[in-house]
This record gives sequence, C-alpha cells and structure tokens, in this order.
Amino acid sequence: MGHPEAAARFAADVPRTHWHDQALWFMRVKRDRAAAQIPEWERLRELAQEIKAHTLSDLAGYLEQFERNATARGAVVHWAADAEEHNRIVHGLLAARGATRVVKSKSMLTEECGLNPYLEARGVEVVDTDLGERIVQFRGEPPSHIVLPAIHIKKEEIGALFHERLGTAAGASDPAYLTEAARGHLREKFLGAQAGITGVNFAVADTGAVVVCTNEGNADMGTSLPPLHVASMGIEKIVPRAADLGVFLRLLARSATGQPVTTYATHFVGPRPGSELHVVLVDNGRSDLLGRDPFRRALSCIRCGACMNTCPVFRRSGGHSYGVPVPGPIGSVLSPARDPARNASLPFASTLCGSCADVCPVRIDLHHQLLAWRGVLLAGGQVGARKRLGLRLAAWILATPRRLEWAGRISRLGLRLLPAGLAARLAGPWGRQRALPAPAAESFRTRYRRTHGRP
Amino acid sequence: MAARDRILSSLRRAAPPGPPLPVLDRVGVSFPDLPARLGEAVAAVGGVMIRVADLAAADAALRALPVHRDARSVVSLVPGVGAATLDAAAVRDPHELAHLGLCVLRGALAVAENGAVWIEGASLPHHALAVIPEHLAVVVDAAAIVPDLHAAYARLDLPGRPRWGLFLAGPSKTADIEQSLVIGAHGARSSTLLLVG
Repeated sequence: MGHPEAAARFAADVPRTHWHDQALWFMRVKRDRAAAQIPEWERLRELAQEIKAHTLSDLAGYLEQFERNATARGAVVHWAADAEEHNRIVHGLLAARGATRVVKSKSMLTEECGLNPYLEARGVEVVDTDLGERIVQFRGEPPSHIVLPAIHIKKEEIGALFHERLGTAAGASDPAYLTEAARGHLREKFLGAQAGITGVNFAVADTGAVVVCTNEGNADMGTSLPPLHVASMGIEKIVPRAADLGVFLRLLARSATGQPVTTYATHFVGPRPGSELHVVLVDNGRSDLLGRDPFRRALSCIRCGACMNTCPVFRRSGGHSYGVPVPGPIGSVLSPARDPARNASLPFASTLCGSCADVCPVRIDLHHQLLAWRGVLLAGGQVGARKRLGLRLAAWILATPRRLEWAGRISRLGLRLLPAGLAARLAGPWGRQRALPAPAAESFRTRYRRTHGRP
Repeated sequence: MAARDRILSSLRRAAPPGPPLPVLDRVGVSFPDLPARLGEAVAAVGGVMIRVADLAAADAALRALPVHRDARSVVSLVPGVGAATLDAAAVRDPHELAHLGLCVLRGALAVAENGAVWIEGASLPHHALAVIPEHLAVVVDAAAIVPDLHAAYARLDLPGRPRWGLFLAGPSKTADIEQSLVIGAHGARSSTLLLVG
C-alpha cells in the first residue's frame, strides 16, 4: 500500500484527522515561540548546517577519532555494515552475558534495524521505556512520530489499554494518573533489567562521548542500574567537537517541542565503574547516501521532528501512512534511497510548500530533495502509469504559452458546461473533497490585453 | 573488522567536499542579571530556584521544604546541606537506591539561558543518583552561572578532560499522552536549585 491509500484510510475519520492536525500544529507554534526567543536563531541554523556539511566531508576521519577516544576511555566500539549485522552484534553482547531482560530508550535506529523482533525471537524481553513508545509497544504498533510516538492515540484509548495491561481503573484517562501507573510499571522493569539499550543523539569525536537526550530520564534509568549499556547509532550522528553540542543542544529541543533544552542531556564517556559500555556504529545504507548528491544532505538530520509537525500532509495523514520508521518530509527523502520501489509514493506525499525546510534546524533543503526524488523515481520507472501520464501531459502543456492558454480555455469551458459531479471527477483526487471554483469569465491574459492593450 | 574497513573506505570514496569547521566564538547571548535570568529559566523547565547567602542558609532552606521534611531517606553529596540518612558511597549496588526520597547534588555550573545544571559524574558515587530519587536538590555557586551552552562547554573543557556528566534541566517530565505535561515520568518529581552566594 502506498502513501495515498494509507493516508485515505487515516483521513476517513474526519474529526480525528482535525484533532491530529491541531495537536501537531500546537508543537509547531511552540517551536516558533522558542525560536523567536533566540536572537541569533538563524545564525545557529547556519552554523549547524556548516558543522554537519564539514563533518560529512570527513566522516571516516571523525569516526576513527571517535573510536580512538571512546576506546581510550574504556568503551568498546563495534561496526555494523547493515541492520542484520547490528542486530547480531547487540544480541551477541546480550547472549554472552546471559541477559534476557532488556530496557530500551528511544532509538529510531533500532526501529530501522528491527531490533525488537530480532531479540524477541531469540528469547529476549525488550521493554521500550519512553512512555509513548511503551504505549505503542503495548498496542503492537510502530511509533507514528519520531519524537511523539503516540501522538495518534487519544487518552481514552490509552486509559483502556492501561486498564487491560497495567490494571488502572476502568474508564480512567487522566494523563497524570496514567503516567504515574506507567512510572510504577517501568520502574520495576528498570530495576529488573540486565542490560540497557539506548540510541544516540550525538557522538563527539574529540572526547569519545555519546550524548543521549531525554525528558523522562529513561535513558539514565536504563543505563545507571544494569551492568551493560549498548548504545546504537547511525554513523552520521558524529560531531567533531564537544563545543558543537552548544549549537545542536540549543537547536534540538526548541525545534522538537519548544523546550529550551531536554531535561536530561547525558554525556556517556566510557563505562561507569563495574559496568560495560558498547557503542555500535551502523552504516545500513548511509555510506551509499553520502555518495548521492543532493540527497546526502539528509544525513545532517538530527531527528527533531520539526518537519513532521509543520508538514500539512503529515498532519493530515498521520505517521503510520508513510510505512517507514522515520516518516514525514525527512523520511520521504531517506526512505526511497533505501528501497525505491517500496517507497516510491513518499516523495509525492508533499505539497512542496517548503515549510519543512524553513523549520529544519540544520537547514536541509527538504522540498528540493523531495522534488529531486520525483525526477529520479520517474526516470527509474518507479512511478505508476496514471501519474506518469499526468506529468507528461502537464509538461507538454506547460512547455509553451500557447498550450497553457488553450488548456485554460478548455478548463474554463469545461467548468461552465459540465455537471459539477463530472467536473469534480475529471479533476481527479483533488476534486473528491473540494467544490471546484466557479470559472473566471476570462483569463488573466485576455483581461490584461483588454485593460492594457497588447504587451 | 571487515565491516569497519568496508564502511570507512566507502565513506572515503563517497566523501563530498565540505566547508571548514566554523569557529564558534561569535555566537552566544548575554544577560544583564544572570541569577535572575537563571531563576526564570529554571521555572520554565519546571524547577524551583531558591537564592541563599551561604551553605548554612542552603541547608536551612532545604530542611524547611516538604521534599526534605517528608523524605523517608536522604542522600547528600554536599557536606552540610540536608540531613543525610544514607551514605551513598557505602552503597554497593545502585538498585538499593530505588526508594531514595531525596538526593542533594552538587552542580558544577548552571546555564542562565535554559536552566540546565551540569552534574559531574565524578561527584556521584552512583550515576543513578541523578535520576532515581523521588526529589532532587542541586547546589550551585552563583559564581558558576554562565549565560549559555557555548560558555558552558568552553568552561567545562571536555576535550581537555573527557568525562561522564550530564546537563539536568528541571524535574523529569513527559507529554506523551495527548501532550499533557506531566512532571515525574521516571526520574525526579521535583528539582530545587539552591543558588549559593
């Protein structure tokens, strides 16, 4: 199923679609407010972009520097070419220590690699400890948003879920009450865990640190009790200097939720006494993407989710409609590189309005990339016949002023003469939920000629 | 090591040209009254800041708070502040801290712009002490306030001395259920910053 079909399913529930739209727009408003409080916000975005662009020009060098420094502090660094190798390494670490109860804090990389099902199939209990992630894990769903995993679910539904799973009072839906119940449930999981797995927000080359940001404190709970911490990261997460974190931490939470900074930003350098720290560096297609202009810029993403919160398509179609671990504009750029045939509909899930690029803290030109992907997919034969025909027709019409004039004339005539229902059907999906406009009496061109004479 | 070499060589092959690493000495903000701004920022992240003249006053202020009065157990990592019932250094297994009521931490510096306090790993007998107690109190010297994170990293000099540490901004929180802010997700339910001097 492509994005249009999945989105149609989501949007069939109109009040819910509006509710989802508003919930995400609220985040966008909070982001705007936070950004406006920083006088040099745009300068910070430029710096972030430059740091990332520089890092990508010598990713190998910075990864080696990171490995040297992390190893010198007692961490063990592993390299995984793909998802399968990553999962094998993580499972190997757990199995060698007999760990079958694992707590995990949010990591989009482990979603990308399918780590949970891999470990579960081998007898390991993996508990997602971020509240939103625990909710979707109970439901047997993937997260629908990278920062707000349960943004698509109503509190009454969570109340019913927790009643069934955690024995909360029937009908209770107060977020404070439900959160308290989850706190008690997850605290037991933290105390019983034999290993903690985390993602990584930033890995610092000049110190060997991995930095993990959370608001709940789940990464800190999950790593400060058991004797093993496995941190999984994509190789693009590296920044050259600890000082660069000043730029990225000022941008990250403000872009994500409008907070000035996350509650916890923990810098893990080597293992704590009596424990082990393993860092798994994962490629899984990233080195291929690095070789692809212009798409390599998507490797600068810091996973704040701002492009999702602002996207008019995401807000009205829901994260699950994308069918990939990272949805929204950035996911629609990353996913076709991974599997063009399966994800061919994603670059079309955009109005190309550019709002995503405007809010991106690292200034990825997302809407240009989405457009570029359309060209690549079209050339690669991954676009359906109907869309191809439409695009060819549009290209032909737009190629000369005369054809455009004729097309306008035909459309105006059609709108005037055809019954409304038939005209709407001819307008394709666009006409499905819209009343078509009344045709103008004359084209702009005609009117200009009439009032100003021939140009 | 096959993967390592393969990844590194394909990254080198694909490496695009890039700009030089930017110099970061010209960014940052300044505030006319750092402690006042810090107080606002701490409140904005859900914490409370109390200004006191010295450690004795910090101790008195803390003991007057319900988080101290009602705590079943207290760990203090700042000598003279709080009535400790437990010596964390004598605790072998951090799991034993599961029901800790209050922990008094030392903050190495505080960031006026965002209300975050840097906690040095070396100041903690167990890393869990930063997250596991029901309530936290953090003692910071007024002289250790920096305007923003750029100044914070400059002062911390992590490349010179790489070490475990964390920025902590207010109590643990979540908004994962319909974006309703709930304080006390997994970590501390409250965070009090005692600003000394």
